[in-house]
Amino acid sequence: MTTTTNDVLLRANRSGLFEGVQRIGIWRTGLLAASVWLLLGLITLRWPNKEVGFSDWAFTDEFGYAAVAIAVVLTLLALAGTHAKRALELLHPAGQWLIATPLLLSTWEILTAKLGLLPTPFFAPPQSLIEVYTEDWSRIGISTAYSLRLLVHGFVIGGIVGFLVGTTIGWSRVAGYWVHPVLRFLGPVPASALLPLAFFFAPSSYAAAVFLIALATSFPVTVLTWSGVASVNKSYYDVARTLGASEWFLILRVAIPAALPQVFVGLFMGLGAAFSVLVVAEMMGVKAGLGWYLQWAQGWAAYSNMYAALIVMAILCSSLITLLFKVRDRALSWQKGTVKW
Amino acid sequence: MVIATREQNPAGQQTSGADIGIEHVSHWFKLPNGVLQVLDDISLTVAPGEFVALLGPSGCGKSTLLRLVAGLETATTGQVLQNRRPITHPDPSRIVVFQDPTLFPWRKVWDNVALGLQARGLLKQQRQRVDDALALVGLSEFADAFPHQLSGGMAQRVALARALVNDPQLLILDEPLGKLDSLTRLQMQSELVSLWQRNGFSALLVTHDVEEALFLANRVIIFSDRPARIRAEIKVDLPYPRHRGDARLAELRHEALRHLGLDASW
Repeated sequence: MTTTTNDVLLRANRSGLFEGVQRIGIWRTGLLAASVWLLLGLITLRWPNKEVGFSDWAFTDEFGYAAVAIAVVLTLLALAGTHAKRALELLHPAGQWLIATPLLLSTWEILTAKLGLLPTPFFAPPQSLIEVYTEDWSRIGISTAYSLRLLVHGFVIGGIVGFLVGTTIGWSRVAGYWVHPVLRFLGPVPASALLPLAFFFAPSSYAAAVFLIALATSFPVTVLTWSGVASVNKSYYDVARTLGASEWFLILRVAIPAALPQVFVGLFMGLGAAFSVLVVAEMMGVKAGLGWYLQWAQGWAAYSNMYAALIVMAILCSSLITLLFKVRDRALSWQKGTVKW
Repeated sequence: MVIATREQNPAGQQTSGADIGIEHVSHWFKLPNGVLQVLDDISLTVAPGEFVALLGPSGCGKSTLLRLVAGLETATTGQVLQNRRPITHPDPSRIVVFQDPTLFPWRKVWDNVALGLQARGLLKQQRQRVDDALALVGLSEFADAFPHQLSGGMAQRVALARALVNDPQLLILDEPLGKLDSLTRLQMQSELVSLWQRNGFSALLVTHDVEEALFLANRVIIFSDRPARIRAEIKVDLPYPRHRGDARLAELRHEALRHLGLDASW
């Protein structure tokens, strides 16, 4: 008996494999998601907040209406079918998340505003974040801008220094002899441990923070650039040398492009280190930025502000990592099968 | 001896084959526990435009001899001459094609071929030569491909183009077809012969494939086990293009195998 492609298709159809393919008309997951968002809206609006000794949570109604609005939009999209093809293609992969998010928010809302099970100053309901963003957006915005400026300053300087030092010690045996022990001894010291010293010596606390972030970034970048340059396939050099390449050509056109994948791993690790030094520096001495905002909010027991700032920080860090990966994908487009962020 | 006719090559320049002289070369490797002799008093010449194959058991030191001729290493004793001048460092007049294509994976095919011209600062004025070299090996459509998209045979052709674009006086071939499948290999042997005939360079080929050596070369030099000594020399007195079924080739093959101590299976 022979199995033709037709047979296989028929059998697959009978067992329902093509359900999703055929019914483009109605997006069921979307409808389910819409109903959960509606549930969140109703809980927020209809279930009265528990009195906790001070005036009611602001923005409760707005939060509820927002959830209902999302539910309406999702319903429309789910029923629109081919009319909203572009939007559906974007939303489709996120289907499960669109259900999980309102469920999580509902739980959060019930545990805080509705039942008051979690102790109040430390845990605030979701609508309190809206309150923070509408009332304190200028301060959060400026803090974010300060953090970003400091981070970019430190990371760029550290990245360039690390790349240059790594290339030099990977290429030159003499440089390796002198720099390697220093790197081994001082490199692993956490940059934040040098914080008091840096604030003492540097002309300003900003300069000290730039120095520390650069230091934290440069260590992984140096080590990985160095190992990248040192591990370049020796026959690449043989090929280039027989073709008449100079020493500079070997460094710039052979060693560095070959080491680039490793350099990007170093930059990725350096960026992570830079984030943590950034926050510590801002908490300890720099009187601006998201780290400072966190510290300040904690001083006033304004925990909602803290959560709000933490969310902004998460978005900032995640976006920067995404940006780095985009740059890497562009630079290393010749590689096959790189990890997608 | 058959000397390839000189004609205009596609780059529009007259090339002449190099005259290579290897005089009493012996070579030792430094190892952690002493020294190891790999070459023992080798003397041979390659006349301008001649194709010489070095045949021997694997690991006997043939490839080391090629590295000395390329100028990548210096002989412990004896000297290697190009047009009667000692070879001391690598030079684009002598290009090596290695067993692995060793294309740079971050460069497209076109940029890989352009490597030599770029390294010597000639690329801006002579971009046409890169296109010509790619056309010569029949890979013009793949100029924008990355090396990982090529098959083994195509990659080795790109490596050939990368060598030929420089108009070498001497092409040093270190088992360049060793890793290809047998069909691609036969095809590329014929291509090598026609490239050599068109361009007029001298060629020095290392191989451990007896048929390949006899099919390609004017002269086949047979090496002993390490340390390599010259054991015999076979003149292949057949015109090009040669035919694999030629009775004379079979005879010479028998002779070569006898020198290698492998004629029991004949």
